[in-house]
Amino acid sequence: MTRETNPQAAEDDGVPEGIDLFLPPFYDIFWSAVCFAVLFWIFWKYVLPKMKTALDARSEGIEQKLEQAERERNEAHVLLEQYREQLAEARSDAAQIRAEAQAERQSIVTEARTEAQEAASAVAERAEVQLSAEADRVRNVLARDVGRLATDLAEKIVGETLDEQKVSATVDRFIADLESVAAEEQETR
Amino acid sequence: MPTTDLIAEGEGFHTPSLVDFFPPAILFEGTPFEFTRVNMIQVLMTVAIATLFILAFRRPQVVPRGLQNIGELAVNFVQTYVIDSIMGEKGRRYLPYLVTLFFFILALNLAGIVPGLNLAGTSVVAVPAMLAVISWLVFNIAGIRKHGFGQYMKVNLFPPGVPIPVYILLTPIEFLSTFILRPITLTIRLLANMMAGHLMLVLFFAGAHYLLLEADWILRPLGLGAAAMGLGVTAFEILISVLQAYIFTLLTALYIAGAESESH
Repeated sequence: MTRETNPQAAEDDGVPEGIDLFLPPFYDIFWSAVCFAVLFWIFWKYVLPKMKTALDARSEGIEQKLEQAERERNEAHVLLEQYREQLAEARSDAAQIRAEAQAERQSIVTEARTEAQEAASAVAERAEVQLSAEADRVRNVLARDVGRLATDLAEKIVGETLDEQKVSATVDRFIADLESVAAEEQETR
Repeated sequence: MPTTDLIAEGEGFHTPSLVDFFPPAILFEGTPFEFTRVNMIQVLMTVAIATLFILAFRRPQVVPRGLQNIGELAVNFVQTYVIDSIMGEKGRRYLPYLVTLFFFILALNLAGIVPGLNLAGTSVVAVPAMLAVISWLVFNIAGIRKHGFGQYMKVNLFPPGVPIPVYILLTPIEFLSTFILRPITLTIRLLANMMAGHLMLVLFFAGAHYLLLEADWILRPLGLGAAAMGLGVTAFEILISVLQAYIFTLLTALYIAGAESESH
């Protein structure tokens, strides 16, 4: 099917005629076949495998990223749940602690109040006891002094020294009388 | 040439003609490996397209940048619009052939508008004819491998569902259309498109050149119109280059898919 190089059928300007127009010369087929073969080889062995590798790597990368994202989302979800639980726990703990503290405060206040009251009443009691002891002492002193004064007075009036024993007995009786009179007066008042 | 006789001055008007497609040899003249301007264009365009793709995929990245994006886009175009849409998933094994076919034809077609080359590598009969023969072999071998020779012939030449006497008429027609006309139409469609494109480009640019520089002053404004037409035809040629590469590849894919399909 190939035309001769420098075709016989050609005119002097080198253009073939008739069917020879459609019969390619061998060299044309040869060179275009070489070009085509080279290009085919490059695509087949070099370009397309490299592109496939790149595309596969890309798909794989995307898949991995998606999986990782899914995993991380799940993890985050679990963490969130945990935090929520912990938060709720902490809140209930806090409420409990607050309630406990309030109760404790109440008891402390009550206790303190009782203590204070007790202390106050103890102080008052002691004061009362002291007061009455003092009163007794004063009364005794007064009774003795009054007795001596009366004796002295009586000695001066009588002018003689009385028997010590008799005197003190008389004084005691006198004082007792005085006391009973005082008590009577107090009752009537 | 007759036209040069009419023009008295300058180089005259260069008429586009068939001579453009049969340039003299540059190298190895007289041997079977003669190397002409057209062959040089073919080699240059092959080197260009191969370099482009090799650079694009020299160090392919997971996240593509620059040329790799273009390369992937280009290959994906063939994969999506030729293979996937016609042959589906099982057509992937023909990807290397169909990708090569598409970009080889495209690159050689585009040489027609590259300044300095100005001639499509596909505008000599050898290239479309060779590619048509390869496509013819590919789709026939695919069919024979799938069905076996006898069954393949039967499916193609005796389509079922027809009364037997009709085969007298139908079988020769089927034979002619499938085994003879397919490669011929593939060849002529591409060849004629690229030759016509070159002739139109030369017509308008040579016309513009002549009218602007050498014609009577009154004719010179017409040169601008011719130049504008040349520009329009150049843009049109880009479209035709892509379209013809696509059609050739698409038809090859269709033939392969038809040969592999169960019923014709």
